[in-house]
Amino acid sequence: MPELKLKVELDWKKEAVSCCECGGPALHPALEWVIGTVMTPVGPVPRISSTLSKTDYWEHFKCRTTAYRDDYRVVPGLYAAGNPDNNSDVLVSANYKYSFDMLRRELKDLNAWILVLDTKGINVWCAAGKGTFGTAELAKRISVAQLNKVVDHRRVIVPQLGAPGVSAFRVKRSAGFDVLYGPVHAKDIPAYIKAGYEATREMRRVKFPLSDRLVLTPMEINPAMKKFPLYAGFILVVFGLAPSGILFRDAFAGGLPFLLLGLVSVLAGALLTPALLPFVPFRSFAIKGWITGLLAISLSTRFILFPGQYNTLLLIFTYLFFPMASSYIALQFTGSTTFTGMSGVKKELRIAIPAYLLFSVVSFILLTMFKLTQWGIL
Amino acid sequence: MKYLSNTASLELFPESCTGCGMCLEVCPHEVLALSNKKAVIQDRDRCMECGACVNNCPFGALTVDKGVGCAAALIKSMISGGEPSCDCSGGDKKNSCC
Ligand code: SF4
Ligand code: SF4
Repeated sequence: MPELKLKVELDWKKEAVSCCECGGPALHPALEWVIGTVMTPVGPVPRISSTLSKTDYWEHFKCRTTAYRDDYRVVPGLYAAGNPDNNSDVLVSANYKYSFDMLRRELKDLNAWILVLDTKGINVWCAAGKGTFGTAELAKRISVAQLNKVVDHRRVIVPQLGAPGVSAFRVKRSAGFDVLYGPVHAKDIPAYIKAGYEATREMRRVKFPLSDRLVLTPMEINPAMKKFPLYAGFILVVFGLAPSGILFRDAFAGGLPFLLLGLVSVLAGALLTPALLPFVPFRSFAIKGWITGLLAISLSTRFILFPGQYNTLLLIFTYLFFPMASSYIALQFTGSTTFTGMSGVKKELRIAIPAYLLFSVVSFILLTMFKLTQWGIL
Repeated sequence: MKYLSNTASLELFPESCTGCGMCLEVCPHEVLALSNKKAVIQDRDRCMECGACVNNCPFGALTVDKGVGCAAALIKSMISGGEPSCDCSGGDKKNSCC
């Protein structure tokens, strides 16, 4: 076993080096999920554990919240779960380790082969959309792994969400293997196989429940918060700017409410809108985000905008700018949903982008007018 | 949940369809159904233009303007003039070299 472990690790190094000078995929420390080998007519195949460790779960958490997911990969190729033989099923997966882990943890009572495609560390559905989880890559991996010598049958089980990239009839033509489309979720695989490779209607549908929407929100909040310092700097300058220079006391006293409102609009667009998605009226994400933003801002102004700053120009600015920011951020969530199509998003953008530009210009003019009245020029 | 109504670019050509049912199997949103041994579009508004059905129809009876339904990707492609692609998770500069 140690030799094989070494071999897999060497493969990792090779992959890392062959990937130009860009650092390459991070080496998985010690590869603790490889627990032995299975002999086949074409040589030993690494056997993987179907239990996830604490390390695995910690890494998954990091994938949900940070850029860790950009480099979270498995070496493509053939793996064994349990004690597979020449009649065992072949399950196809992506080399995003999270996808691979979701599959292997469902294989506790199965003896199966796992064929990992090189999807550049991207999950099945996204990679299928790009084509890296695709017909050509599948045919190539079948031949590289010499699958026709490892198993006697001629079928591979591909996750249904790989179908945008994989063309079953073309794989049959080029590689000689039948593609059976398995269920959407790995957890249904045992039931699917037991039923004689039949998936129920339920297993074939992609839903988008609250829990799925919520785990995606950190990756909506992060990019929005990256732009926040820029916004904060701008607001502080606007409020601190006086004919005599920048007054820090004014900057904070005047700017703070608007910094808080900025945070509220980020939360409205990146957290509330995704969470309440089915309950916010209208199908357009820009409108959904605008409505949520408007509600959140009108609630917040009761607490955040003190009477002393009750300035008409600032009030109009508040209701123009912040719901728009929420709308823009909510529109970004289209990239994470399971049901938005390109034609629809394009249609939204055609209307939303000019509106955002117009609103931004007017917001800027309002702030300028506010400053001028403050200085007594207007 | 459904997205904007009547925008999906999915098209079905019944004369080429043999009713094999492959498209029904791969569609994640039950957009298609079989009726009188032919595929029919039963709920266009659910179509997310993923292209799975088109890719797996052995008879070329379906077309769709396949693409990413992601605002960030589409805005980026408007600015840079390139093809829209969802590069936010993994395919960025650091990784795109291979
Ligand atoms: S896959 Fe093509 S031929 Fe088969 S039912 Fe669907 S449209 Fe008809
Ligand atoms: S493009 Fe995708 S969502 Fe639309 S009908 Fe085809 S498989 Fe279904």
